[in-house]
Amino acid sequence: MSEGAPEGASAVELLRTMRRIRAFEERVGVLKRADEVYGLIHISIGGEGVAAAVCGALRNDDALYSGHRAHGHAIAMGAPTDRLMAELMGRADGVCQGLGGSMHLVDTAHGLMGATGVVGGNIPLALGSALAARLNGSDAVAVVIFGDGAVQAGHFNESVNLASLWRLPVILVCENNGFAEFTPRSAHTNVERVSDVVAPYELESATVDGSDVGAVRDAFAGFLGAARAGGGPFLLECLTHRLRGHYEGDAVQYREALAAEEWQARDPIARLERLGVERGWLSTAEIEEAQRAALEEVEAAVEFARASPWPDAGSTERLTYA
Amino acid sequence: MSTTTYVKAINAALADAMRADPRVFVMGEDVAEGGPYTATAGLAEEFGTERVRNTPISESAICGVAIGAAQSGLRPVLEIMFIDFITLALDQLVNQAAKAHAMSGGQLSVPLVLRTQGGAGQRGGAQHSQSLEAWLAHVPGLKVVMPASAADAAGLLASAIADEGPVVFVENKALYFRREEVPDERPPVPIGVARTLRQGGDVTIVATSRMVGEALAAAEELAAAGIAAEVIDPRTLVPLDLDAIVASTKRTGRLVVAHEAVRFCGVGAEIAASVAAAAFDYLDAPVERVGAPFAPIPLSPPLEDAYLPGAADVVAAALATLGR
Repeated sequence: MSEGAPEGASAVELLRTMRRIRAFEERVGVLKRADEVYGLIHISIGGEGVAAAVCGALRNDDALYSGHRAHGHAIAMGAPTDRLMAELMGRADGVCQGLGGSMHLVDTAHGLMGATGVVGGNIPLALGSALAARLNGSDAVAVVIFGDGAVQAGHFNESVNLASLWRLPVILVCENNGFAEFTPRSAHTNVERVSDVVAPYELESATVDGSDVGAVRDAFAGFLGAARAGGGPFLLECLTHRLRGHYEGDAVQYREALAAEEWQARDPIARLERLGVERGWLSTAEIEEAQRAALEEVEAAVEFARASPWPDAGSTERLTYA
Repeated sequence: MSTTTYVKAINAALADAMRADPRVFVMGEDVAEGGPYTATAGLAEEFGTERVRNTPISESAICGVAIGAAQSGLRPVLEIMFIDFITLALDQLVNQAAKAHAMSGGQLSVPLVLRTQGGAGQRGGAQHSQSLEAWLAHVPGLKVVMPASAADAAGLLASAIADEGPVVFVENKALYFRREEVPDERPPVPIGVARTLRQGGDVTIVATSRMVGEALAAAEELAAAGIAAEVIDPRTLVPLDLDAIVASTKRTGRLVVAHEAVRFCGVGAEIAASVAAAAFDYLDAPVERVGAPFAPIPLSPPLEDAYLPGAADVVAAALATLGR
């Protein structure tokens, strides 16, 4: 655990958020196999630390952009889990009225300005939101979270150049889980660390262990404060481990399963719980309560979503143009 | 009345919008320098380089930046210098801008204007001369505007900037420096309303962009042969004022659709099919389409001149509908 490990209330908050994400996604995995949620479903189990630490630090007037693996980011931004679940089920009460789905979650009231199914496709949008904040004289910050697979795309490199050139208050957060879809990073590029890719642009960057939620929180807090004060851009590279395949139902034979003890070392929740108890930041009761409350919330979300009607037939046409 | 040009009208409309609304800003390659056709000349001097932003040659990123800025409350007017380069921005335009409103259940809107220009005839070769508007018209969520005159360019640009969604504004480089008489006032022109430029009862000619002038020249020639052609400029492709086209065709019984883009799968095919469905019983002849051949635009002057559709092609198509 890093020097700036979470303490007291914030450790409980981070744990609760991670537990809510874990419970939501484990339930979604079950629902996917039962064909109750639709489309490609990308699960972030193992990556909850980044969501809790990064999104939990943002305000509703900040702009967060995410990718296809966005459930955790949406939950950590404050999007209601019942409406998220309804969205995954394509229902009228979904955050996007059922028109978006798992890969396109949006909740503008909580600063979630978009998630995209095009890998890295909304990185430049975050620059645009950062530019808007600057031109409006606001201290709001834009953050975009993407996987290491996006780094090899042209729009990533164009965006890094432009963000650097214009000194935009944007924080690029890369979840480097070592896999771009189905193949390891080494099959995509010779540059192992994303922070090395951006080095020539003189971006301030840091690489942290993404399963160390305290380390992510502290590194991000430094960048966030600097961006609010007019600095930027920044790159935070979080080394994570994706326990599941690329999407629910893929073959997952391209990667060897983690040994149980190794997963214990890489699971951000288990790590925080162990350390929290050891250091006295968390009680066993708090840990159990976080788990119980998360499961209860998710069951309520499933019931809410199941009871929600399908969108009305006119929604498709009505929502095509603003 | 005063004399202006198409490009000056665009420049004036941009300045008007920027004066009226602090959310409006311009970005693109070399825009602070005025751009290759002077469309943004003088704007940086009046509004500063924060609101008239030069960008690197990064069409994907700058289109995405404009989308993000629009989602966050600004009114960007992005210039993609040549429509040929829109290929590099299409992911942003098609997957992000066009779908944001629908995919977010109406939470997001993208009040973005993407100005670009196409058209051949200036020996620009196959990568600086294309007419790619049909691609854009095929994407739900985008509006596509294609003005043919200075007054329409100014009025439609004002409406495009005021629109709550993404509008692709397709100019034509061959029109930029033609002198035109325009009213001193520059009233907005509503998006989605066609304009009838000439009335006639024998054949309807629907033409877009540079082909509007060619259609009017063709109508003059047809008049000399005793044929009264009605000339309609839809002005916007999406939404398309099909009612105006169908009403005219019902009166004339004959329809010619003319555009500079490649004929195959062009906007003319959509108009022809829609009119055939809506006015089949009124048609006295098959709908004729005028467009470019299915080939990359050649550089060599005699080849390019032969490639480009013009008034003579419109006349021939009109005569074909009359069995002459």
